[in-house]
Amino acid sequence: MAQSPVEQFRIERLLPIHLGGVDISFTNSAAVMLAAALLAAALFVLAMRNRALVPGRWQSVAEILYQGGAGMLRDTVGAEGRKYFPFVFTLFMFLLFGNLIGLIPYTFTFTSHIIVTAALAVFVFIGVTVIGFAKHGLHYLKLFLPEGTPIFVAPLLVVIEILSYLSRPFSLAMRLAINMLVGHVLLQLLAGFVIALGVFGIVPIAFMGGIFLLELLVAVLQAYVFTILSCIYLNDAIHMH
Amino acid sequence: MADESGDSSPLGDLEARLRAARAREAEAAGVAPKAGGTAAGLGLGLRIGVELVAGVLVGVLIGWALDRWLGTRPWLMVLFFFLGAAAGIMNAYRVSTGAEREADSGGSGGEDRREE
Repeated sequence: MAQSPVEQFRIERLLPIHLGGVDISFTNSAAVMLAAALLAAALFVLAMRNRALVPGRWQSVAEILYQGGAGMLRDTVGAEGRKYFPFVFTLFMFLLFGNLIGLIPYTFTFTSHIIVTAALAVFVFIGVTVIGFAKHGLHYLKLFLPEGTPIFVAPLLVVIEILSYLSRPFSLAMRLAINMLVGHVLLQLLAGFVIALGVFGIVPIAFMGGIFLLELLVAVLQAYVFTILSCIYLNDAIHMH
Repeated sequence: MADESGDSSPLGDLEARLRAARAREAEAAGVAPKAGGTAAGLGLGLRIGVELVAGVLVGVLIGWALDRWLGTRPWLMVLFFFLGAAAGIMNAYRVSTGAEREADSGGSGGEDRREE
């Protein structure tokens, strides 16, 4: 029972595959990712199978999620953002299901691994940059020099602006991974106290109940934050404020 | 997001929702997107802390890489540490002013890049 609090984040190879010296084994992380993608797809396919004017329970869930995603994109990017809806919504559902599945005991939280969130963040970053250059050409570089800058601070400001732009994928990836990591470590630590304290273990159990509810909120909120920040970056690329 | 979809009279409610949706369509066809709401505000608030750390991290990383490349250890790292900190503070400042403007003018969300 004396488990390390970070034991839960260990990657295990479920199906070892080596291809040309590269380890591309099917791991527990990959399995949960697959489960998240399949569950998200299944929710929408099954919920919308018999569509009704007055939605049933599952159809309501699907509609609320859809409206939430569409509203998020509309509020931040506006009408031009509509063609990116499939990507944004897929990202949201993938992260939402990943975070929520991670809260089920004995599962694995792939969003707690910074390499996973970093890959998603870098993908968003590159995508947004490409969209920006495609839409504005070299004018997109004006993003790094706000209008009305005095010429003698311009070189300094450009460097700072570029750093600020480059820090986007870092902040995006770190926020999600750290939030999930901290929550899960905290729960594991409290669970350790339950056994150590014997009868008084009821206290940490009560704490855990509260923190679990908080983690539920964090799971939804962080999926939302990751997605809305992607939308905000997209808005910057399209409208170039 | 969470709308009170139809326990009482779903169809009467649908009329209202249709009207709201049409109003949104008209608005979207016009100019500015609408304000984000509390959830968006909460999201913006959560950005600030990480934004500071990310700025410094990127600065140090770039400085370290440039030092390795040019052999000027440790001077560029020191320089870029401060530049990165400046970028982080600027980002955090933008997040906060963007949120502020959204609250008092009801303007569009996420336009946290226009300054001065």
